[in-house]
Amino acid sequence: MDGTSHASGEAPGAGSGGSGGHVVPDGVAGVMTAEVTVAGDGLAGEDFTGPGPARGFDGDRLFRGLVTASGIAVLALLGGIILVMVAGGMKAFSTFGPAFLVSSVWNPVTQHYGALAPVFGTIVTSALGLLMAVPLAFGAAFWLTQMAPARLSAVVGMAVQLLAAVPSIIFGMWGFFVIVPLMARYVQPFARHWFGHVPGLGALVQGAPFGTGLLTGGIILTVMVTPFITAVMCDVFTSIPAVLKESAFGLGATRWEVMRNVILPWSSKAVVGSVVLGMGRAMGETMAVTFVIGNANKIGWSLFAPGNTIASLIALEFPESPAGSVKLSSLMALGTILMALSFLALAASRILLGFAERREGRQ
Amino acid sequence: MSGHQDGRQSVRQNGAVQAAPDRWKPHGALAMRRRFMDRLATGLSLTATCVALLALCSILLTLLVRGVAGLSLVTFIHSTASPGMNGGLANAIVGSLIQTAVAILIGAPLGMMCGIYLSDYGRGWMASTTRFVSDMLLSAPSILIGLFIYQLIVVPTGHFSGFAGSVALAILALPIVVRTTEDMLGLVPVALREAGIGLGASKWRVIVFICLRAARTGVMTGILLAVARVAGETAPLLFTSLGNMDWSVSLAQPMASLPVTIYQYAGSAYDDWVQLAWTGALLVTLGVLAINILVRVGFGRKGA
Repeated sequence: MDGTSHASGEAPGAGSGGSGGHVVPDGVAGVMTAEVTVAGDGLAGEDFTGPGPARGFDGDRLFRGLVTASGIAVLALLGGIILVMVAGGMKAFSTFGPAFLVSSVWNPVTQHYGALAPVFGTIVTSALGLLMAVPLAFGAAFWLTQMAPARLSAVVGMAVQLLAAVPSIIFGMWGFFVIVPLMARYVQPFARHWFGHVPGLGALVQGAPFGTGLLTGGIILTVMVTPFITAVMCDVFTSIPAVLKESAFGLGATRWEVMRNVILPWSSKAVVGSVVLGMGRAMGETMAVTFVIGNANKIGWSLFAPGNTIASLIALEFPESPAGSVKLSSLMALGTILMALSFLALAASRILLGFAERREGRQ
Repeated sequence: MSGHQDGRQSVRQNGAVQAAPDRWKPHGALAMRRRFMDRLATGLSLTATCVALLALCSILLTLLVRGVAGLSLVTFIHSTASPGMNGGLANAIVGSLIQTAVAILIGAPLGMMCGIYLSDYGRGWMASTTRFVSDMLLSAPSILIGLFIYQLIVVPTGHFSGFAGSVALAILALPIVVRTTEDMLGLVPVALREAGIGLGASKWRVIVFICLRAARTGVMTGILLAVARVAGETAPLLFTSLGNMDWSVSLAQPMASLPVTIYQYAGSAYDDWVQLAWTGALLVTLGVLAINILVRVGFGRKGA
């Protein structure tokens, strides 16, 4: 509000600045210009206005051209990214053919590369991350929007948002120096001791207790995407019309029943959208995962086995990939796959969240 | 708690009116189950919030405990050096500042113009497509942006450069500025625009001198958030500005930056390098969080 009132005081100054103090003619000219401007032709206004720095040329048309060009630039940017990535990966796609997608070999010596292992790692870590992040984010959003006192909710909400602002490399270091030892010393031996001999479950916990691995990557991703999902869910939960909640409370529903039977059905699409948004983020996360994933190019059932994700493989292998080599092209091809995966997820989340926004607009 | 109790009371009154008090038993199985579910949900969601807060506290504590030890004058005035050579982070700090500044100088004006386009000029499918694309870029994996700029600038020019890093960061900053500019311009009252038009100002003057002025707090918020976002980015810089062990402020040369230095040092086997990585991490995090707190507390009150 402060900025608004300030600018309203400024407005007359901006308007009369053009024709230096001739009060009555200025008013007349102003009306004429306004009409003409609305019609989209600024030049005709010249006859009526006094001398002024901006009246000599068609500022409106120039400005419209500039901002439209910048809008087109954003579109071109995405087009350029898609084009450059596909072009960069072309060599790998043409060398290995469709086998690139289903081969799990990554051998710089024989110059043979396949995408399956990092794609597997990306999907597994993202899925693990979401599996833990969704309940956390839902719980936090439930508490922040429905239970916490307003003051406390503001402070805690901000703290959660700060977590989202922490750079991803910091999560990587924290994961490497705090979570990895924790996993190696307590979680993995514990899991192997109790679940190692259970049929089925046993396969999930095999492997030496390095601390790094798919599960550790998933945990780091959980901490990273929880604030994003929480923020979107908070927006969604607060946008529900109060009368819907109040009617349910009036009928004697408990808070949980209101959440389950009123708020969630009302906002289901947006909630799914927020989860998919989190997935898009999780798949593209690079630095944090690179620190804790263990960097081994293989596919296995064990949650504790070191693995790879697309983004971490690109970050780790890029320095050893000379320009123009098949290896670099393979990395670009992996990037193309990552782009396809994450853009699909982001587009889906946009569309799902768009439904919610449109409904909000109507009411 | 209040909602829960209200709910129970209203049911009780309802029962009283119908003169059938035995239909609602506060200690019956159904009531117990409902109450239990509600308590359980309350407890679990409180736990979830605490877990998120715990993670934040753990990160901040770890950074403070490990990072503060390396805070000394040497860290700020010496450039990175070989292990044991008493190196600092001066070149990385300056490199980060330069690249972030150049990125914002490129990204912010472009983003503001695109935001103006979306809020005041864009109509039809093209505007909605632009908005959609900008929102997608907002969450696009930053490593892809790095690869894109690598192919676009580094390969043709034949060498890594601070400029390439800045452009990559600018692309990351762009959608944040677009989003906030459009949102904030949308909040400017129509009466303000009408007043400007009525006084004879042309449309672009109304937008630049009235609407942008009115929305400047919000637009600044967006730009600051963009600064906070790009200042901590590592992945795109690995492929563009690469990092530099020596002091260099030339945008045409490979340039050091704090996040890349942290990445290189954190995994090293030398204690003094790891210490510098922690100190760098502390500096980056404090800077980024300070901007965020400033934006949310300082500007947040004024309706931004």
